[in-house]
This record gives sequence, C-alpha cells and structure tokens, in this order.
Amino acid sequence: MPDSAAATARVMRVRARHGAVVRVTHWITAVAFLALLLTGLEIVISHPRFYWGETGNVLSRPLFKIPIPASRVTVPTGYGYVMPDQNGWSRYLHFESAWAAVITGLIYVIFGLFTGHFRRNLAPGRADLTFRALSSVVAGHLRLRRVSEDEASSYNVLQRVAYLLVIFVLFPLVIWTGLAMSPAVASAIPWAVSVLGGQQSARTIHFFVSIALALFLLVHVAMVCVSGFRSRMRAMLTGGGAREVGRT
Amino acid sequence: MSGISRRGLITAGVAVAAGASGVGVAASLARRYGLVPPDGGGVYGAGETLTYAAQRLLTRHSLAREFSRSQISRPPFANVVDPLGEDFKRLQAGGFADWRLAIDGMVAAPASFSVAEIRAFPWRSQITHLQCEEGWSYIAEWIGAPLSHILHLTGALPQARYVVYRSLQPDWWDSIDMADALHPQTIVAHGMNGGELPVPFGGPLRLRVPRQLGYKSVKYITRLTVTDDLKRFGKGLGSSAPEGGYAWYAGM
Repeated sequence: MPDSAAATARVMRVRARHGAVVRVTHWITAVAFLALLLTGLEIVISHPRFYWGETGNVLSRPLFKIPIPASRVTVPTGYGYVMPDQNGWSRYLHFESAWAAVITGLIYVIFGLFTGHFRRNLAPGRADLTFRALSSVVAGHLRLRRVSEDEASSYNVLQRVAYLLVIFVLFPLVIWTGLAMSPAVASAIPWAVSVLGGQQSARTIHFFVSIALALFLLVHVAMVCVSGFRSRMRAMLTGGGAREVGRT
Repeated sequence: MSGISRRGLITAGVAVAAGASGVGVAASLARRYGLVPPDGGGVYGAGETLTYAAQRLLTRHSLAREFSRSQISRPPFANVVDPLGEDFKRLQAGGFADWRLAIDGMVAAPASFSVAEIRAFPWRSQITHLQCEEGWSYIAEWIGAPLSHILHLTGALPQARYVVYRSLQPDWWDSIDMADALHPQTIVAHGMNGGELPVPFGGPLRLRVPRQLGYKSVKYITRLTVTDDLKRFGKGLGSSAPEGGYAWYAGM
C-alpha cells in the first residue's frame, strides 16, 4: 500500500515537458509563419528590387536586386518572361496569417510573463553566461556531441538566447517593419516609419528579418531532427515528456 | 488518469467556449458598427475584417504623411494601364473639354461637372506617397478638389455609407467608405507636380486616396455614386479589386 501510494504521488508530479499554452501557441505560430514565409516570397516576386529611403521604383536605383524573374511586366529583370501573378491571394493570406501570428504571440507573451515561463525556461542563468560556459556549449555543438540527459529536459544557453532573440527581437521587428509599410498605419504613427529611414527601408529590413527568421526555422528543425525527432515532436504535440518536477 | 486530467479538460473546454463566444460577440459588434468590409466573407474575411476594423478604430482621422518639395520623386513612375479606347482619344483630342464627372445616387442634387468646373473648385495641394501593392512607390505633389467639397455641394444624404467611383476604363472601379470619402486628403486630382495631371498618371481626373494603396486611386474617373449598399455594384464585393482577387480595403 504505501509503495503504490508513493508511486501514484510520483506519477502525479510528472509534468509535461511543454505546457498546453506553449504547445498550442507553438503550432499556431508554426502554421502562420509558414504561410507568411510562402506568401511573402510570392509578394517579393512582383517586385524583386529593394531600396533604401522613402521611395523606390523601376526608375530609381535599387539597393540590390534579387536575380529572379518578376511576376509583373514593368520590372526589368533580364529574363524574357513574366512569372504567374499570385499577389492577390498571397496578400490576403499574408495579412490574415499575420493577425493569427500576432494574436497568438500576444497570448504567449502575456502567459510567459505571468507564469514565469520566460524567467524559468528561457532566461539564461548567470553561470551560463560566463565565457567558459558559453565556449564549452559552442564547442560541444561544433563537435556534434550528442545531447546529455540533463540537457534533454531543459534548454541550453544557446537555445535560450536563440529563442529570446526570436521572441523579443526578430518577431517584434518583423511586425514593426510590416506595419510601417502600411499607408494607414504610417499616417497614424509617422515616427514608426521615419526612425526606420522610410517606407522602402522598412520593406528592405522586413525582408532581411524574414530571412533571419527563416534561418532560425531551418536550424530549429535541424536540431529537432538531430536530437531525437520522435521524442521532441511528442513533447511539443502531447506534452508527454518524462520530466519530473517538485523533486527536491 | 495519465496525461489528461478532468480539470485540464474542463479548463480547456471553458477556454474554447469563452474564445468562441468572444469571437461571436466581436463579429456582431463589428457588423453593427459597420466595421466589416464588403469582401469580409470567405476564407480571408477574418483577416480583412480585423485589419479594416482596427484601422477604422485607430486611424479614422489620421493624416497621410506629407513631404517637402525636395522629396518629390523625379521622374515619377507611371504604372501601365489597359489601352485607352477610342472614346478616350476623342476626348483627349478635344483637350478634355467634354470630359464630365457625374455625381449621383444618395445625393440631394445629382450633378455633372466639367474638368474646368472642377478646376475652379477650392483646391488642395499635397505632397504624398503613392505606394503600389507590388512594392514600389514614389512621392509626388497632387492638386485637386477635396471629394468632401463635391459631396457637400451635391448634398450627400446622411445615410450614405460609401462612394463608388467609376473610370472610363470599365474594368477599373472602386469604392471607399465615408471616413475616406470625407477625409481632407481624398481629392479629385487634376494637377500633379505643379502642372496638369498627365494622362499616364490618370489625367484629366483621378481620385487620390493617399491612405490606401495605389490601386484605390482610380485613373480617368467619370462617375461618383453615393450609396448605403455595395451589394448592387458588380459582384457586390465593393470594387473590381476583390473580383480580381485583391482586398477592397487597401490601407493594409
């Protein structure tokens, strides 16, 4: 009897590796982000030239061009043909996905602040930020060392820094530069455009931040595969992990 | 009981029910206060309604940014338009003396104005952005009669909700709500960069709506119709843009 009672108590204390809010917001964000990435690419094809400042068009000098054919006849690309134009639904879906991502992100950030999720799971410990600790983690990654049991149930310092960068720097920046391209938003909050250097600058920054987010996605998925695809997916889908908390 | 607890299920159920009823209440409020755009149905309706409602609540009276004369793009870029037909060429040969802009629908006194008459109206000059949905943009000075002046002159009725505007090009027509129609920067433009409005840029008359993307600024306008219901125009989506797959509201 006492044994089984103790076992029950142990089982009850087994906690999901990822909480329900983290799991649900993660997957909504994942779907929305993929939609944003694809439609964003589609929108770029209609004018694959980038500028700096307030204005830019085919009569002005670009900052750089992407060497791909365009979906509009007015853009001189050097290719003899024009890509099919998919801008309409791409724009509709881009903005709808943006709303989904922003609302989900807000719920996640409010949840994270109130429950201590950021402090507990993402803020790097002071000891992790020393040069020695950092270089040992980096060296471990470079040598493709397998993840230890201890790390499997908690994020290492590089993961923590990467996630915090995505959540608090790249996502806010991509939202800001996206909104700065809106003529109505620019009319209401003009300084949000001028501090970026203008609306074309906002578009260019939006492009680069999107590339940074896409690179994060690549590394993120690669790391999930390397560190055990099935257990990581199970943890993010059902929460089922073997992490016990409350043990002192 | 492993994994899913009864308490967890109840909490999730309550959260989903609260979320669903919250969305329902928000949708009926949006309908009641006219915050649903005409293309607010379908798969993209939620996103379009959120954008339109949020911007109407937050930016109803904001003014599009105006720039200094030194920031005017030289040369500006005129986007391609469908070939202008024989009617246009005939009117152009006559110096647009016979061009008319008609105002009908929910107005006390329907009228029709010549370009010369519109030039004689109080005018406004503004140096603003023109942004294309493709991604490019330019800054130009636009000179024209505020649409609000024309609406007051013809006595737009209080129940009016939209102004539909049509072009000599039959496939390019659009509409704006009264917030944009009465906005001081929404003008019937007849001049650009100190001169007359050149034909490639929409001359002799172009509606300029600087708080929305370029495709809302229809070129070669011939007719304004004030209405309280967009269902009766085209496919009922408010403009030719959604019929071609683009958003009706382009404040973005």
